[in-house]
Amino acid sequence: MTAGTSATAPAAATATATATLALAPGRAGRQRRRWVNPLLLAGGALLAAIVLAVVVYPLVSPYSPTEPDFTEPTFAGPGRDHWLGTDNFGRDILTRLAYAGRVDLVVAFVATAVTVVAGGALGLLAGYFGGWLDTLIMRLVDFTLTLPYLILVIAIVAILGPGTINVVYAIWLVGWVAYARIVRAETLVARGLEYVEAARVIGLGHRRIMLRHILPNVLAAALVYSMADFVLNILLASSLSFLGLGTQPPNPEWGLMVAEARDFFLRDWRLMTYPGLAVLVTGTAFGLIGDGLAQALRPRG
Amino acid sequence: MTSYLVRRLAHMVPVLVVITLFTFFLVRLVPGDPIAAMLGPRASPERRQALEQAYKLDRPIWEQYLAFVGGVGRGDLGDSLWKKEPVLDVVRQRLAPTLLLTLYAMVLTVILTVPLATWAALNRGRWPDQLVRVFVLVSLAMPAYWVGMMLLQYFAVKRRIFPVSGWGEGTVGHLEALFLPALSLALAIASLTVRSLRTSILETVDADYVRTARAKGLTTRRIFVWHVLRNSALSTVTILGINLAYLIGGTTIIETIFAIPGLGQLIVTAIFQRDYPVIQGVTLTIGIIVILINLATDLSYALLDPRVSLR
Repeated sequence: MTAGTSATAPAAATATATATLALAPGRAGRQRRRWVNPLLLAGGALLAAIVLAVVVYPLVSPYSPTEPDFTEPTFAGPGRDHWLGTDNFGRDILTRLAYAGRVDLVVAFVATAVTVVAGGALGLLAGYFGGWLDTLIMRLVDFTLTLPYLILVIAIVAILGPGTINVVYAIWLVGWVAYARIVRAETLVARGLEYVEAARVIGLGHRRIMLRHILPNVLAAALVYSMADFVLNILLASSLSFLGLGTQPPNPEWGLMVAEARDFFLRDWRLMTYPGLAVLVTGTAFGLIGDGLAQALRPRG
Repeated sequence: MTSYLVRRLAHMVPVLVVITLFTFFLVRLVPGDPIAAMLGPRASPERRQALEQAYKLDRPIWEQYLAFVGGVGRGDLGDSLWKKEPVLDVVRQRLAPTLLLTLYAMVLTVILTVPLATWAALNRGRWPDQLVRVFVLVSLAMPAYWVGMMLLQYFAVKRRIFPVSGWGEGTVGHLEALFLPALSLALAIASLTVRSLRTSILETVDADYVRTARAKGLTTRRIFVWHVLRNSALSTVTILGINLAYLIGGTTIIETIFAIPGLGQLIVTAIFQRDYPVIQGVTLTIGIIVILINLATDLSYALLDPRVSLR
């Protein structure tokens, strides 16, 4: 899903995530689960490789990601000095891709992690207590969903001003909604289960029931969705930079690199191809992990 | 049925009120004011005041809101601060390209989805299934702006097969000019629909009524189209509906890349120009369309599945 669409509809991804996992919690215990499966392994390996490259390469690269270097050839092809060649300013493309990857991965991680926790907590409270709290939170959710996600994010970035960190804030403000819905729906199911009633009968406090008895069972759906959401957030953040609202030049960011390459496509198509592939490969890694998690968390039998 | 429709349409009103309230106050939070943007930094205070009065921007904010709502009631969305045209006219001009692009993307999505999902489901676990799985995984992670840009550069700029910008003239011209943008959108959406349709086909193939149909001696093709596909379509239609609603306004980036004069491009420009009336007009229009799409999605359940009753 791509923002733009990038990221096509978060809501739809929610629908699939909850659909595959609707029956996930509950009967864990006795059935044996295979935690490791090929999808999870492949995704994990791919992600590890990406993270390693993004962390290590800037440390060993002798080139600057931002400073134009006119002692180097511009639009150089792949070679020994520049593995992926150089751009229109003579900058090393691989170095820029790696620095950009740091930006994109950190933005997506921070954006996703906070929305999972905040949205999940609100969903848990809404589903567990019901009543006016539920009404209030769910009204807020409906309210946020009446406007297209992308337009809302763009409007918020317009208010805060362009910049990488403001993109994160904008995603925080709208992204929690999906998790609130997923976790609330799962909590409503879990709340009716016998073991939760049993916990209540023996007089456990709300906090303990929520955190120890309900949370572990509703976490799966949120976790699986968060993998798809991570991809969405990379797509969203890079689309905003592509539009000129996120990371600002000369700093590298994958979406921004695609935008900057647009004038040079006929001269050198690779400038535009590499950053797009970087997003694609990273997204695929998270997609694999998400599918693998869904498979691992699905009850067997 | 009629009472259902009336009730659903009545539900629109509070939602639309919320949308107008929300956008009205949200856009006024954007730093910088439209008058300064129009006149530049060195305008005299008198001119500023004159313009503020002309656009009623000097009134208290709640009065401005009531004036806006009153105008909506009379079918008047105010005038654009930049184009000096009625917002209704501006929106009307921009609506057609966006709607056409969205519908086009939906049609291409269905054209991609049905064969791919069917092929995968009928070859479950074998190589076609794996291949489709890879397609789903990759197209989910593909940035639409990148796909759009690559398609544009290669097929329009380099090969000159398609026009580089705009939305063309006449029906054929529209379909030609909007093909690449619609395809970029469709590829992204197809990742969701292919997966969902494949799963539902696999679930439906084992259903009792399919076995009955087979026992009756119906041809495989007839069983597949009338029994399997029709019953599998429900969840996919939901996803299509959600995406359709999302695309209205979500086409912003694709519209920007292909220079399509649509609503998505209009609203982003308006946000940056602080063109309050246009922002309000566009969000209201988008809100109405989204609600109508949701209604159409619910109605289509009843068409696809007679067991669904609308209450």
